[in-house]
This record gives sequence, C-alpha cells and structure tokens, in this order.
Amino acid sequence: MLNRDKSRGSKPPARPSFESWGRYPKLPAQVAPLYWDEDFPPRPAVGIKMLPVGMGRSYGDVCLLEDGLLLRTTPMDRLLAFDSSTGLLRCESGVTLAAILDFAVPRGWFLPVTPGTKYVTLGGAIANDIHGKNHHVAGTLGCHLPRFELLRSDGQRIQCSPSENSDWYSATIGGMGLTGLIAWAEIQLRPIRSRRLRYRGTKFMGIDEFVALSLAGAHAEYTVAWIDCVAQGKNFARGIFMQADHLEIAEELHPSPSPRFSMPFDLPAFALNRASVSAFNTLYYNKQWSKEKRGLVDYEPFFYPLDSILHWNRLYGKEGLLQFQSVVPWPGGSAEAGGEQAGIVRILQAIAASGLASFLAVIKVFGDVASPGMMSFPMPGITLALDFPIRREVSFALLDRLADITAEYGGRMYPAKDARMSPAHYQYFYPQWQEFSAFLDPAFDSSFWRRVMAIG
Amino acid sequence: MAVTRRMAQRPGHFMLVARNTRKLSTVAQDLVTRGAGAVDTWVLDLDDTAAHEGMLSAAVERMGGIDLALIAHGVLGDQAAAEADFETAAAILHTNFVSTVSLCTWLANYFESRGRGTLAVISSVAGDRGRKSNYLYGASKGALNVFLDGLRNRVDREGVQVLTIKPGFVATPMTAHVQQNALFASPDQIAKGILRAVKRRKDVVYLPWYWGGIMLVIRLIPGGVFKKMNL
Repeated sequence: MLNRDKSRGSKPPARPSFESWGRYPKLPAQVAPLYWDEDFPPRPAVGIKMLPVGMGRSYGDVCLLEDGLLLRTTPMDRLLAFDSSTGLLRCESGVTLAAILDFAVPRGWFLPVTPGTKYVTLGGAIANDIHGKNHHVAGTLGCHLPRFELLRSDGQRIQCSPSENSDWYSATIGGMGLTGLIAWAEIQLRPIRSRRLRYRGTKFMGIDEFVALSLAGAHAEYTVAWIDCVAQGKNFARGIFMQADHLEIAEELHPSPSPRFSMPFDLPAFALNRASVSAFNTLYYNKQWSKEKRGLVDYEPFFYPLDSILHWNRLYGKEGLLQFQSVVPWPGGSAEAGGEQAGIVRILQAIAASGLASFLAVIKVFGDVASPGMMSFPMPGITLALDFPIRREVSFALLDRLADITAEYGGRMYPAKDARMSPAHYQYFYPQWQEFSAFLDPAFDSSFWRRVMAIG
Repeated sequence: MAVTRRMAQRPGHFMLVARNTRKLSTVAQDLVTRGAGAVDTWVLDLDDTAAHEGMLSAAVERMGGIDLALIAHGVLGDQAAAEADFETAAAILHTNFVSTVSLCTWLANYFESRGRGTLAVISSVAGDRGRKSNYLYGASKGALNVFLDGLRNRVDREGVQVLTIKPGFVATPMTAHVQQNALFASPDQIAKGILRAVKRRKDVVYLPWYWGGIMLVIRLIPGGVFKKMNL
C-alpha cells in the first residue's frame, strides 16, 4: 500500500476513465456500456473483477473498481410497464430518476423517495438504498420496491421480493452493487396533483431548536435543514429548517425543462476558503429576513437545487471533494427521551473548529421506518451531510476524527459518501458485513469494499 | 430506438423489425409504456432480402399503411478481415448497401403509388470519403448516399421525401468498443435531429450539425495529400 502510494506520488496516474462525483480517489478502470441484460455476464469471460455503475453520483469509491471492469448500466434505460391506476412502474435499472420524473410527473405521479439529485440511476439508488427528505415518514427507497430481478455472474436470474428470495432482496437493497446486476425493478410511485409544494422555512439557532422544530414539523412529508458548519460562538449551529408537503390542488403537470447552466471549468482549489464560505453562509442565513417564511415552490428547486447547475462538483477544482455523512442515534434511545444531543454537537464543533466546511451542509432527523436492506445506512436519529475540499492531511484527519465521534455515540457513516472510512470503523458501523459477505457475487468487487475489508 | 421513443410521446402505430426476439419485445414494451398507440414486432434478419416483401406487405396490412420508414440497420464490419477476404467485404456491402437498396426500392414504389411518405435512411459521414481504417464500411455508406441521391431525384416530384442521415460518432452498441471523445453524440441528440429533418423535409442532414463542416474540410483535402494521411 505504502509503496504504491509512493510510486503514485512521483508520477501522476493516467487519466482515469471514470470518476465518481467527488472526483476522489482517481482510479484507472475499464468502462464498458451495457445495452441489454442478456449481454451480462460478458462473454468471453473478462478475467477481471466487475462492478455495475450508473451515473457515478456517489461521492467516493463505492462506484469505482481499480483495474477492474465498470459496467455502465445507463444504456439499459427502458420502461417496461406502468399501471396508471396504481402507480406501479417497472423499468430497467439504468433508468435515471430524472427520466422517471419526466415520465411520471405529467401523469400525476412522483417518486416515493428521492435523494438530493435526480441524476442517479434506479439501480444505483437501490444499491445505496438512498433516502430523502421524507425519511421520517417513508423510510428509504428500499421500502417502495415490490420486486426486482438480480442477475448473477454465473448466469443465474433471481427474482427478489419481500416474500420471494427475501434474503437476496435484503442483501441487494443497500448492497452497493456487490451482489449482482439488477436487471429491472418495480417502483411504487406516489400520486401528486401539482408540481408545487407548500413550503415553510424557519430560522433556528442551535441543535436543540433544530430538534424541536423537526419533532414539531414531523407531520410534514418533507423536512430538512441547511446548517452553517463554519460559524462559531453565538452563531454556532444556526440554520434554516425547511418543511414541505405536496400541494393538494389540481394544477397543470408540465414536464421539467432541461437544465441550462453547466459549470464550464474547474475552479482553482483556493476559491472555496473559510472567508468565501463564511460570506456565503451569512448571506444564505439572511436570505429570509423574518424568522419564518411560507410559500409555494416547484419541486425542482425544492428537491434538486444543485441539479440546475450541471457539473457543480467543478466548484471544488480538479482535485475533487470529500463528503461526510453520518447518523447519530437519539440519546436515551428515542426522540421522546429528549437527551442532550452531545454526539451531533461534538461533530459540529469539530467541523467548525477545523474551518474546512463548505456551504453545502444538510441536517435531518431520520425516522424509525425500517428498511428491508441488510446494509442500509439510516437509523433513527440525526444525520448530518456536508462536503469538504481536499486538503490532504487536514481533511483526512478531520474525517477520522468525525468517524471516531460517530462510533463513540453508536452511529454510522454512509458508504455512498465516503472515501476515507477505515476497515475498523466500517466493520464496527456495519457488524452485519459478515452475514452480507455470503451474498457477494464472486466476480464483483469495488474499491470501497476492498478498502473497508482491508484487501489490496 | 431513440427516434421511436421520441415519437411514442404521441400515440401512433409502429412496427419494429429486428433479429433478436427478446430485445425487440423489450423495446416494444418501452414504447407502449411511454404512450405509443400500438407496437407490432417482426423478427427478421434484413440480410435475407427475399423476405423483405413479405415483411413490408405485412406492415402495410397491420398498420393500414406506412407514413414513415426509418432504416437503421448496419454493421461496422471487420476492416482488417475484409482486406484479406472478399467474402467478408461482400457481407458488409450486402448488409449496409444491398439489403437497404432492397427495402428502399419497395418502399419508394409504395410511397410513390400513394403520392406521399418519408423514407429516412441512416447512412454515415464515413461515406463521404474513403479512409484506410474503414473503407469497406465507408464504401457501403458512400454507395448508399449515391443511391439515395438518385432515388430522391426520381421520387421527390411524386411527393416522397428521401432523407439521407449522416451521423458522426454516436454512442451506440456499434461503437461501444471505441474510446469516446468530445465528438461523440448521444442517440437522443441524433434522434432529435432526425425528427427535425423529417419535419423540415430535408434531403441530407449531418448530425450533429458540425459534422457538415468537418466533412467539408475532409473532402477538400487534395487527393495527393489525402493518400499520405493516416485516417
């Protein structure tokens, strides 16, 4: 490991053919598009490990495989069936959530769960068992999948549902693409009458106020908060709590326009610094003057504020960025116990003290809807997600520190956003990894899995 | 496929023709789900020109007529093998050129008899000038371009549109083995261009548009220079 790092240091690696959204780490791999499920497994056998990848929107190395073969599923983008009376959609795994919305919204249907970007494939969303702003009422995406088909590299096709091959169903939801290739899946959509949501934004100061707002607003379908992770002293943990519900008034359900703006080039790495982020945060916090702001908002800016700028990750320069997301369970075991939120406060203090934080920080209360996924990330408690510019030793040391605090308070970190977790931390966060190992496809692997299993 | 997917946003009747039954039914399912009125399928290897007439008559019968035919089959072929072996070369010409001539002949006569119709054929920028790296593929497409020019000259006055589509690099299964670069276009970009060209009753269209400029430059290179180049 050390030797390899050294050789890299002297000579930059060849331009990687596929980058994750964080653009770190940069690992060489072969990439082959997959047009049809019957082209899997590749013939003749490739002799190297494989990993299916979709849009590559996970941040770290969960969608990377050094010196392996990445099977890009994005050409497998066919819709297979839709029941307009029940909202059940069956489609191939390379269909993006954006494509599902383009299809479903004009017909009066919406995703049951959506992450902060619509540019992910359904297969990738299942593999990471993604969650959204409605986790406290809807759980993860895995809670809305009646059935899918898993293809194994030995040619086996496994029909998975909560009642059929439920062990494979459970291992594949949140299984990071390691259990096989998802050929197609059924997703249960939810009805909508309008594109718009009834929105309420409330400013808060400190974690206690955030928790109180979250519990009081738990009746809303969507809740999330932006939090300032740079401010210290009297402004520590200030933020804006946002809650929203689909508007129950019938309106025209027109399709979304295509995004117009694309970040055309990489910003130099120094562009994001404490001063610029601090200035942004102060502006953002004060964008609403009053304590509370209500209104109607289209679903695009509410759910996907960053999707309107394609390639926004270029803000961080070509070095890329590091993401961190962890969840810390309720002190005393439940929200009602009302203990002091020491874990999340210590994480926020460590971040603020480091001065490394960016402006894209989000905090949310997870609910107790259990996911069928064996390796799923969410648990009841508070989750915090933010990104950091890569400043090598400093950023890595901070991430290690945050992992330690997360572990100390019985929480866990999210593989889809990780490029740093140690094997010890991962295996502590996910003790069920041994049970999960029995479901790995022998021809599959990922750089994330190698790292947290301390192989290679 | 991207073309039919765009067209399926409005109800219509399609008949898809391809070799692989399972792939064909997957594509048909996609179109039906997206809102195509009706989708028929017909399994056929288009190399089998003797079966063309049966397939085309069935299409007319099932759909009650044809308004637009899109011919999109073809092979890149193995250039090295084709240099060494005439049979391989002939097979490329048969798939890309001869079988297309067979389809176009029947369809042009059918459209001519009705006094309307659109025949859209996917050719390639590779047909504009022969290069050592793929001149058999290029020759098959070049021959096709000349054939379509002549056919258009004959049937345009009868109300029939003949559209020659010349895409550049497109990310499709045919080019899956090639390292992609900035010149690669998505199938949906090309589909959009094809439908626009059909609507505007164009004769020849380069897709994306900048290939028109690129190929103009390539055609202007003097022969004495061109033969020395590595293209």
